[in-house]
Amino acid sequence: MAISRAEVEKVSLLARLLLSPEELDRITVQMGQVLDYMQLLGEVDTSRVEPMAHAVPVCDVLREDAVRPSLTPQQAMANAPSSDGECYLVPAVLGF
Amino acid sequence: MNQPYDIVIGLEVHVQLLTASKLFCACSTRFGQPPNTQTCPVCIGMPGVLPVMNAKAVQLAVKAAVALNCQIARFTKWDRKNYYYPDLPKGYQISQYDLPLSHDGWLEISDPKGRVAPRRIGIIRAHLEEDAGKSMHDEAAGRADSRIDLNRAGTPLLEIVSQPDLRSPLETRLYLNELKLLLGYLGVSDCNMQEGSLRVDANINLHVHTAQGKVPTPIVEVKNMNSFRAVERAMEYEAQRQYEHWQQTGQRLGDVSKQTRGWDESAGITRPQRSKEESSDYRYFPEPDLVPLTFSPEQVEQVRNSLGELPAALRARLEATYGLPPYDSDVLVNQGRALADYYIALAETCGDGKLASNWVQQDVLRTLNEQQATIDKFPVPARELGEVIRRVRLGEFDTARGRTILAEMLASGQPAAAVIQGLGITPVDDSALDELCRELLAANPKIVAEVKEGKLKGAGALIGQAKKKNPNVNPNRVRDRCLELIQGM
Repeated sequence: MAISRAEVEKVSLLARLLLSPEELDRITVQMGQVLDYMQLLGEVDTSRVEPMAHAVPVCDVLREDAVRPSLTPQQAMANAPSSDGECYLVPAVLGF
Repeated sequence: MNQPYDIVIGLEVHVQLLTASKLFCACSTRFGQPPNTQTCPVCIGMPGVLPVMNAKAVQLAVKAAVALNCQIARFTKWDRKNYYYPDLPKGYQISQYDLPLSHDGWLEISDPKGRVAPRRIGIIRAHLEEDAGKSMHDEAAGRADSRIDLNRAGTPLLEIVSQPDLRSPLETRLYLNELKLLLGYLGVSDCNMQEGSLRVDANINLHVHTAQGKVPTPIVEVKNMNSFRAVERAMEYEAQRQYEHWQQTGQRLGDVSKQTRGWDESAGITRPQRSKEESSDYRYFPEPDLVPLTFSPEQVEQVRNSLGELPAALRARLEATYGLPPYDSDVLVNQGRALADYYIALAETCGDGKLASNWVQQDVLRTLNEQQATIDKFPVPARELGEVIRRVRLGEFDTARGRTILAEMLASGQPAAAVIQGLGITPVDDSALDELCRELLAANPKIVAEVKEGKLKGAGALIGQAKKKNPNVNPNRVRDRCLELIQGM
């Protein structure tokens, strides 16, 4: 198996996904299958290949530092689950 | 210092770059606007949008890195730092991980009061990244929700990571002062801590001296320090706390994972915060939406040539050219380039660098303080004040009269010559002074006799009488001339 149940549990915590024990079991198997399949890439000999930072062979794309109008708060928060008209509202963020 | 340990401190400083627009979109970076009025689909992380790098942000970052004596990377790329927090709309921050735009530099610190020797503090790296938004929670109002303002999300930041080279809270503050001054001179950042454009996190531990050698204690990261003074106090507190903790537990570096503590300004202590996610938990990976950047040696050289005179060089020049002590050059340079330029013009006009420095520190800075103003708002041009100081230097009138003239220039906005004339101040020439002194001596035989016996105090009374007869006389010249005449009697 390419991934353990504990690893899946940790990743789900980092992704803020709450998984039931049954889901953990099922997803551990599924993620393992995905990773096993990706192992195929490990069979390629890359010893003579330069690591690349980007898939497109282009560099130095820049824009001028100029301000353009922003969205209105109403537009920006149109799809927010909750807002008070000024700010997005989210469950209390404490202790940080 | 006889403390049984060395303090080891490294700083992570984030400064906001002085661009008009954000790092990846055209929203304004202006501070203090109503919440969520400076956002767009890019900076609030809508699906399908693409970031485009701000050329000015790159330019300012490279400028700062070169001034910090860093190596500029020939090739630099962008990475995603993944974490979930409500003020980070994309769920990741675009930052730089393994190929930062600069690395391995240094900043020289010095103490004008000579408490620590000048030395170089290493810079590990300086890289570009975007800021997050702001979350607010009003506990007093007992609200169930936190409020999120995304105006700041996507603002360009330069993260400057120092080596753990700082050895005391004082050195830490000196480093921050010098860094802020340097970035101000470069026009890279205004480094305003109140507006959050400079933020400091500190990593600190101790090397405790024991019979078995030096023992390192666990590293603690201290956050939430809102002024340079707060950083200094937090470091003082934390060093003492860690020493006591070591005495109680004997815990060494590696025994426990890195702890994060927050500085409580009013209580004057640090408190534990939630444990930091391990570096690998950020699951960095290359940012596919931004292409890499390259810098040629010629480009870097061009930036180096555009830096202008930096604070350390300017201090050295003021000391060499105008004979200033380090304390004076430090005070003048630390006020910013505009004040240093004002001082230079003053020194050139009046012909005495130290005298000009005294006037700037005692009179100009005091006036600016009183008016809560900066030097560009100071109404008296340097050549006008310089002329007044020049005449004080030549003994045409004394410092007190010079001050009266400056006060009148500030009040009326008139040039020096007009004010001097208006106050009826005319130089007293040598023959008039001579005549006055002879009159005084003739009228005060008792004082003359006293002075002859060596009681020089009596000369003071002569000065008082002289000022009554002619307010324009210079007291020092009256005194000197009278003593001269008495000696010849």
